[in-house]
Amino acid sequence: MRKVYLDHGATTPAHPGVVEAMMPYFSGKFGNPSNLHDLGREAKNAVEEARAKTAALIGAKAEEIFFTSSGTESNNFAVKGLAQANSQKGNHIVVSQMEHFSVLHPVKTLEKAGFKVTAVVPDKQGLIDPGAVARAITRETVLVSIMHANNEIGTLQPIEEIGKITKEKGVLFHTDAVASVGWVPVDVASLGVDALSLSGHQFYGPKGAAALFVRKGVRIKPQIEGGVQEDGRRGGTENVPAIVGLGKAAEIAAADIPNRMSYLTPLRDRLLTGLRDRVADMVLNGHPTLRLPHSVNVSLLFVEGESMLLFLNMQGIYVSSGSACTSRSLKSSHVLSCIGTDAAAANGTLLMTLGMGTTAEDVDYVIETLPPIVQRLREMSPLYEDMIKNRQTT
Amino acid sequence: MEQYSSKVMEHFAQPHNVGEIENADGVGTVGNPVCGDVMRLYIKVENNVITDAKFKTFGCGAAIATSSMVTDLVKGKTIDEALKISNAAVAEALGGLPKVKMHCSVLAEEALKSALDDYYKKRACRHR
Repeated sequence: MRKVYLDHGATTPAHPGVVEAMMPYFSGKFGNPSNLHDLGREAKNAVEEARAKTAALIGAKAEEIFFTSSGTESNNFAVKGLAQANSQKGNHIVVSQMEHFSVLHPVKTLEKAGFKVTAVVPDKQGLIDPGAVARAITRETVLVSIMHANNEIGTLQPIEEIGKITKEKGVLFHTDAVASVGWVPVDVASLGVDALSLSGHQFYGPKGAAALFVRKGVRIKPQIEGGVQEDGRRGGTENVPAIVGLGKAAEIAAADIPNRMSYLTPLRDRLLTGLRDRVADMVLNGHPTLRLPHSVNVSLLFVEGESMLLFLNMQGIYVSSGSACTSRSLKSSHVLSCIGTDAAAANGTLLMTLGMGTTAEDVDYVIETLPPIVQRLREMSPLYEDMIKNRQTT
Repeated sequence: MEQYSSKVMEHFAQPHNVGEIENADGVGTVGNPVCGDVMRLYIKVENNVITDAKFKTFGCGAAIATSSMVTDLVKGKTIDEALKISNAAVAEALGGLPKVKMHCSVLAEEALKSALDDYYKKRACRHR
């Protein structure tokens, strides 16, 4: 049976070149970068090389890159670290309602500690209006955090425009670019951001290594204390093999992004168009064009996401869903709800994220396989039955 | 992926008793699309015995499997016996359910109770 992995937004396989680069650092070159002897220096050099490569991917300086363990840690570090280190200026934070929980939850913690928060609402396509961000900023605002691309619906935000506003108003600006780095060009200077989160396993690097870019001169309060690593900003012995892997993934991505975009965009559109031609009552979530080149998020009305996901799994197709049933909290996606998707439709959501290993044949296999699954589940669905009866009577 | 028992996967992949019953003696719809599960259960009753049961469900794997199982369990039972079918019995017959999915078995029990309730109401009307 064909296996089609369409969940690259969850994680990507490590690139063979990444694995190869990492291998020596597990047991041969195992030194601790903090040590002064040759083994330590060897590891330190590897970490610094990875830092330079990671910086180069986003147009930053090496000393502006701080390695962390995950995108979640980078976002926590950015939000708490920037707000706490700059609280003499004020106590107000601006975010969007569609941020990842690794931004929203630390913001909630800060709110409990006395910060005030304004959460800007995106429009129906998941776009944040820069004007709304401008209006939300007060004299008390210390930090704006708006994601570059949404991890669920794939909408790319007008970060450059927001960056101009924050610069003009003298407010720090963080963007969570975990979903976008490695897939679209990301340049910290043109985006006008003061901090940016990225994560290696999202773009063919290993799990366990991520980074936070913090513009030189911007103060940030460490969240992991008790170590001199990462210039004292993030304690803990470095995950050297994973950091080396992240550096390699960044190096590969820097050269490959135009190719990735031109390969994936038509493939993404082939998947969407193919499904649209074969399935009625399907809605695209997010923006039709201002979206990640590899992301398709659709709601299939009258059916539930987990059921589709299980049937697709039986056919070797691996995807994600925004349904309440697939989440541990049993709540459907906060992203879909803030763009106004009704809860029933949100429960029928499939998120399909393509990768460089995805072929046109894979996409066609999904286009062949999904419609009969949807039809079968609709025939079983009381909501579909009611809809048909309503259509007949009206 | 949720860890479902093989029995759950069996009933999910090939659910029994899917469909509607024309002129059913009792129909019960429970749940809410917002929560992700809606079950509709149809029963046919002759001489106080449930002779047929069918369902339609919008929901996850567990919701479909519990619907399939409860319709299996109820067939051939008297009304009194059917009233005693609990959510625990449905879950047990499926070889257990993941903790977060136990509410699906509750929904299956409620759908059955709702269909029986409807049967009583319809019968009361007829006898009036």
